[in-house]
Amino acid sequence: MEQMTGAQAIVKCLEEEGVTTMFGFPGGAVIDLYDDLMESKITNVLVRHEQGAVHMADGYARTTGEVGVALLTSGPGATNGVTAIATAYMDSIPLVVLTGQVPTALIGNDAFQEVDIVGITRPCTKHNYLVKDADELVKTIREAFHIAKTGRPGPVLVDIPKDVQGATVTFTPKEPVKMQTYQPNYEPHPGQVEKACKALLEARRPVLYIGGGVILSNAAAELTELGRKLHLPVAMTLMGLGGFPGTDPLSLGMLGMHGSYASNMAVAKSDLLVAVGARFDDRVTGRLDAFAPHAKIIHIDIDPTSISKNVEVDIPIVADCKLTLAAMNSWFDKNSDFNAEEQAAKLQPWFDQLNQWQTKHPLAYTDEGDIIKPQFVVEKISELTGGEAIITTEVGQNQMWAAQFYKFNKPRHLLTSGGLGTMGYGMPAAIGAKMARPDATVIDIAGDGSIQMNIQELATARQYGALIKVAILNNNYLGMVRQWQELFYNKRYSGTVMEVTPDFVELAKAYGAVGLRAKTKDEVEPVIKEALATDNIVLMDFVINREEGVFPMVPAGKATTEMLLV
Amino acid sequence: MKHTLSVLLQNKPGALSRVTGLFSGRGFNIESLCVAETIEPKVSCLTLVTRGEDAIIEQITKQLHKLIDVIKVNDISEGEYVEREMVLIRVRAEAHTRAEVLRVIDIFRGKVVDVSPTSYAVEITGPESKIKAVIDILRPIGIKEIIRTGTIAMPRAPKK
Repeated sequence: MEQMTGAQAIVKCLEEEGVTTMFGFPGGAVIDLYDDLMESKITNVLVRHEQGAVHMADGYARTTGEVGVALLTSGPGATNGVTAIATAYMDSIPLVVLTGQVPTALIGNDAFQEVDIVGITRPCTKHNYLVKDADELVKTIREAFHIAKTGRPGPVLVDIPKDVQGATVTFTPKEPVKMQTYQPNYEPHPGQVEKACKALLEARRPVLYIGGGVILSNAAAELTELGRKLHLPVAMTLMGLGGFPGTDPLSLGMLGMHGSYASNMAVAKSDLLVAVGARFDDRVTGRLDAFAPHAKIIHIDIDPTSISKNVEVDIPIVADCKLTLAAMNSWFDKNSDFNAEEQAAKLQPWFDQLNQWQTKHPLAYTDEGDIIKPQFVVEKISELTGGEAIITTEVGQNQMWAAQFYKFNKPRHLLTSGGLGTMGYGMPAAIGAKMARPDATVIDIAGDGSIQMNIQELATARQYGALIKVAILNNNYLGMVRQWQELFYNKRYSGTVMEVTPDFVELAKAYGAVGLRAKTKDEVEPVIKEALATDNIVLMDFVINREEGVFPMVPAGKATTEMLLV
Repeated sequence: MKHTLSVLLQNKPGALSRVTGLFSGRGFNIESLCVAETIEPKVSCLTLVTRGEDAIIEQITKQLHKLIDVIKVNDISEGEYVEREMVLIRVRAEAHTRAEVLRVIDIFRGKVVDVSPTSYAVEITGPESKIKAVIDILRPIGIKEIIRTGTIAMPRAPKK
């Protein structure tokens, strides 16, 4: 049982939790911690904006499945991180964000760089703490990690006053964290599992609807096994892409507002919807009263508040996805009445219908000669990386095209801000991912608007040798909003025309990176190939068709069957 | 439908804020709220009266359970319960109405806690229906001010 300063104890806690990389920005309120971190084996990445630090921790967490860590100073440092904390909250990403705070005696006094960050982040963190008593510090940090990674993961903020960092604390030996008020349930109820399995056997038009929970739970293998065993068509949310192989014939692709025609039609006509780790978000359901009107609904989710929140569920299973899917697989394996071939044959008429929809309206775009189509760029990136790259996206049209046209076959290969939809997420997330997986090719698919939001992190990438690639789909517009204005506001492009955009090739050079540009269709492949072969950060500026739309599209307030098509 | 929820909370700074923030953030309604320490000083009990359909009440209960500071949530209104609220009312009491006011207070078993030449302040305790009744009766006489505590409630003990 050692005595040490609070700051030293924090560093020791982080090391004990297995943290090898963290992201932050210094300031007066965290200068002690920064001093103690110099000797630590932990790589303390210096970013250029605190939002970048938390997005990097987020990208790191999504890639590894571990808790991402960020360290921000008080006041503006903390508030600069709020958007990124909310981003992680909406997508249930495990983070511990440490913020410095003014000394306890000054709290509430409008001190220099003081802000009530616990108050500000209460609605957008899974939990948060202000450590006023140095004796509680070590216990709090350990609890923070526990809360962040268990149950439904989420960001936890710990606000630490400067005098607490300087106080003498006793570093007690680590014991398993036990919290009376927080005991998430992982094991599925066997009775519910049996009900769900029996329902699956009876269904004639089933659909597996999977979301981010499958990825967070590391359940892709179990999910894939179940899907194939029961010959189920699989529709994925944006957050669930990669949870089931996208190139598998059972895959219907993404569903929802910009999902495939076949996936939306399948859900609309299904008689059994098996929702796994998904939350019936409005982007997926469209008009609620028209969503899956004929389907019995099974919902597997670790968070009880997600169940029957938007849509009434028939067979709820509050449990971990991985354990539940394993239990279901086991039930079918042990069931002597179950025969996989018979099951597949039974569903053949349903698959005939699904194939018809897929053939009638596949994901498509028009080829217009020399003009670069953004969908083509994404297809080429997918092809030239063999579907093996880690792709991050920004938000808007770039995000949707990346989700539609890159073939994701594995989990943790698409990092995108689905819940909050944060522009500026992609590049720092790519840096975080690259630092977690230096061996991987990491590409941020961006728009010219989004990329400017955290462009300063190019310096961070250079400083730490995180050699990411950025594909900018450049149309000088804020594309997604422009599309809505084209469809619903008589093409009145109010506030969506970026008349001034930097020369990205020159900007890349200014940061010591490489800039490449493609202006015609035949230049696309050589640019991508060169970027992938270059041992540096590469910004690729693709001058795309200015007024291209993302289709299919379910307009707001419409049923998911009322899709606008190309 | 009115529901009375009894929430056991860790008695820590910010715990109450989390509950009220949850309600305002998600657009749930709080009709009244009363909170204080229990027999265990580390635990407070919050009695909250809210209104909504069954699906909303279910969401509220689940969301409350999700909060790390919340120990237990009980929808007391599901069973038999004892409900009480205290109200302090400053009633206009002119020469010709003073006696009537005192008679009404007596009928409702209230107490006069303050006297002035033109008013009485009275203290009444009881379930919401009684509080509503006394306010309705006193209103024509003239109410200057009402301060209510909000409801507290406790489930009735099993009779067997």
